[in-house]
Amino acid sequence: MPMFPPISLEILVLALGFILLLAESFSNSTNKRGLAHIAIFCLGWIFAISFFTASAPATVAPGSYWNFYSGDGVSLVFKRIALLTTIGVLVLALDYEAALAKLLPSAHVGAGTGEFYILPLFTCAGLMLMASAVDLVMAFAALELVTISFYVLVAYARRSHASLEAGVKYLILGALSTGFIVYGVTWIFGLTGETHFTKVAEKLAHLRGDDTAILFAFLLILVGLGFKVAAVPFQSWVPDVYEGAPTPVTAFLSVGSKAAGFLLFLRVLEPFLGVHSILPKVLQVLALVAGATLIFGNLAAMPQNSLKRLLAYSSIGHAGYLLTAIACIGAGGGLLLGVGATVGYYLFAYMLMTLLAFAVLTLVSVNSKGEDIQHFNGLSKRSPFLAFAMVVAMSSLAGVPLTAGFYGKFLVFAQIIQAHHWVLLSLGVITVGAGFYYYFRVVAAMYWHDPQETAPISVAPLSKITISLLIASIFYFGINPNPVLSALRTSAPSVAAAAH
Amino acid sequence: MLTTLLLIPIVTAAALFLGFGNRTWAKGSALLQLALTLALWFRYDQAKAGYQFIFETNPLFPGVDLRYSVGVDGLSLVMLLLTALVTVTAVWFLPQLEKRANLFDGSVLLISAGATGAFLAKDLFFFYAFHELALVPTFLLIGLFGSGERQAAAWKITIYLGVGSIVLLAGLVDLLMALPVSSRTFDLQALQQLGAAHMIPAAAQIRPWFLLTIGFGTLISLFPFHSWAAPAYASAPTPVAMLHSGVLKKFGLYGMVRLVLPFLPDAFHQPVWGNYTAQDLLLIALLGNILYVGLVTISQRKLDFMIGYSSVMHMGYIFLGLASLNLAGLSGACLLMFAHGLSVAALFAVSGALRDREGSLNFDKLGGASKSVPFLGICFAMAAFASIGLPGFANFASETMVFFGGFSPGATSFQKTATILALWGVVISAVYMLRAYKAVFLGQPTASSAKWTDLAGGARFALALLPLTLLLGGVFPRYFLSYLKPTLEATLR
Repeated sequence: MPMFPPISLEILVLALGFILLLAESFSNSTNKRGLAHIAIFCLGWIFAISFFTASAPATVAPGSYWNFYSGDGVSLVFKRIALLTTIGVLVLALDYEAALAKLLPSAHVGAGTGEFYILPLFTCAGLMLMASAVDLVMAFAALELVTISFYVLVAYARRSHASLEAGVKYLILGALSTGFIVYGVTWIFGLTGETHFTKVAEKLAHLRGDDTAILFAFLLILVGLGFKVAAVPFQSWVPDVYEGAPTPVTAFLSVGSKAAGFLLFLRVLEPFLGVHSILPKVLQVLALVAGATLIFGNLAAMPQNSLKRLLAYSSIGHAGYLLTAIACIGAGGGLLLGVGATVGYYLFAYMLMTLLAFAVLTLVSVNSKGEDIQHFNGLSKRSPFLAFAMVVAMSSLAGVPLTAGFYGKFLVFAQIIQAHHWVLLSLGVITVGAGFYYYFRVVAAMYWHDPQETAPISVAPLSKITISLLIASIFYFGINPNPVLSALRTSAPSVAAAAH
Repeated sequence: MLTTLLLIPIVTAAALFLGFGNRTWAKGSALLQLALTLALWFRYDQAKAGYQFIFETNPLFPGVDLRYSVGVDGLSLVMLLLTALVTVTAVWFLPQLEKRANLFDGSVLLISAGATGAFLAKDLFFFYAFHELALVPTFLLIGLFGSGERQAAAWKITIYLGVGSIVLLAGLVDLLMALPVSSRTFDLQALQQLGAAHMIPAAAQIRPWFLLTIGFGTLISLFPFHSWAAPAYASAPTPVAMLHSGVLKKFGLYGMVRLVLPFLPDAFHQPVWGNYTAQDLLLIALLGNILYVGLVTISQRKLDFMIGYSSVMHMGYIFLGLASLNLAGLSGACLLMFAHGLSVAALFAVSGALRDREGSLNFDKLGGASKSVPFLGICFAMAAFASIGLPGFANFASETMVFFGGFSPGATSFQKTATILALWGVVISAVYMLRAYKAVFLGQPTASSAKWTDLAGGARFALALLPLTLLLGGVFPRYFLSYLKPTLEATLR
């Protein structure tokens, strides 16, 4: 079996993106659906190739790309998450075509949708590079690739005011957060003279002098990445952008950008955890942000009537659980697994259930002309299949056992209890209760209420397969999480190790 | 074999959801479940303690002893028998529906599967997971097919039980964390041996004790965490009320016996508030169940609410048995779990049958029903007498043991006082049960009740199963106790 170097995955995705872009601009056909199908097919192959990657060389030559690129197990898991997410988003985009066509100033259905299928590939490449980045500059460049392609995608529906507004908001706040990150990177570089994470960690640990400078650098990075992962108080853009963006893009934002943001967060956090004098303060700030995010995300989700907004707040809430796990990083001694594996598994489960929820949302919104919870009324009569899929997604998001989402919550709670963080524990209990309420509201709408429209919803074969696969995976990984966990474990995230 | 028992309702439910089959499938599944449970019951070697019929997979977590593993011991077998019996009766009391009958039937089977899985599980994780799985179908069914304030009741039960489960989860993790790293395991059998070894120092037992007691207590409707139960049972469709109050609620008690008693026995005697020990607090709470909720029950004017509150009240006796921490009390508590499950399910079945005929279950609107529906009347009378604690029924045998447990030589004076007060609960339950029987079945038939027709053949047999088993348990309690004894002795060691 030939083994591919890990970076070939990113190169393949980028090449695929460029080829499709060129093909799109030279083709006369107005039907762009073929592009999406080719992209899905090729991404599937790249996903398969990701299981046959070679490991990093034992010694790294000074000029080689291994100096800023890592091919460890965690990065591979995140790359697979990115690939699967992109495939899912493209399937959603195909379903969304009818709705998108009305929001584009073009003569034919499908015209002008080409880039909508191709840009996600570049986002995907950015996400994958970010997963492997072990150098601040590399991480920043990858992050910008992701963000810039998102700027376009969020504002893609040019005739929708909401989409344009979302685009502007995302652009301004994204640029602002980028500024914070760059400033933070500059401080780190100024303090240490290094950009590679490991070297930064070494230098920081032996730095003599004022801790304030290190703390300041940490706070700048925290603010910058806080925007990306939607942590309170940097979450204000999330609801509007999620609501305004085309639904597949919202799904992508919610899953992809969050996963990449958290991985980067863990990697950047690592050097700071080595500085023992500031560790208590760092953890305190993290716990504060985590608690606020938990409370705000989950409580604000309760009164929402638009499902997209509800999912936006729920995404903030889930960021809260992830941050909570990270805030417990100093606890030491692993009951189950380290914080890195907890975050990795949680994000994997989050990808499955969020994609599933957005897949159903896309189909319902295209067929019901709305994205509110009331448009889900009586869905169990219009399409029992979609209703069941949504029940699975909502149960998993709420954390019902035997679904993938439960193991995620379970691991997080294990971290909290291990850290004896009783305040966060009680916040976690309250917010899970709130989650039961707002997720089950959707279930109630689908089963308890009568539909406003009675036309049955037809589901395209590709979407049906995707949704069935997602349901099956949610149950499978809800019973046996071992495949993901051992993949994460093959190279235990050094974050957890650094804290001890 | 045990996995088959679990798969029967799950596969049938899946088939029903996918649109295959009809009600006969649900009935067949329930009968098959009962048959298999009886086969287990008779093949089980009751002289031995510990799990039998074990099946387990490889660990599901890298480096952690968490796996899908099932097995039964005497206690779980008694609970499985309860589950199977109540499921059979519940399936015959499924309402006639024009639409979505398969959704209803499948969900009922899923609730039964959740209970079965929880009692079968030999792994802490699956023990927890299966119980909570039953939450989703319960929510759907109460909100969709319930009566009265059904949606409010559905929300209340879901959020209460959801939060209770999370507290419970925190308690379970905390319990595991209290063990030394090398002996942390999710295997209930291994945990039982660890519990016998008294691994956790007394002072460290308090926190997990509270988390677990509040978590399990919410699921069991322990005072003051009980307010979800009665409205939910009153609004729930009959089979759901039967399964939930009869079977699923016993999960919490089962968990108390499995985890709290063997692991945290010293916590009961730790002072937590002034001179009051944790045991005293538990006794106060359970007196709240027996006396306060008992009086609330007397004041109910509707049959379904009355039964709902009475089921909350009787949880107090079971807790009294658990809190006695001796074999007599604990055996009584476990037998009472079984007996109460059967009697409350029978009561809900009769009340559901009456609701189908009358629509309102207000005592003022009912009367003289025993003339037109004598069979329902007899079943109600037997179940009501059983739940009062009349000799001859399993409830009597078990309540007697619970009270003996409360007066055992080692009992504190507080415990004895509580037991004396709890005895008054028998009077309270006699008052409301007899009043209800009189109001519904005796006296002059109302205009509508004279025209009622009694149960049809199949449902008669299904309903009769419950009081007959109660009689059997009342006449031969020793037979049922022989299953429980080795397990419970190991628990208290």
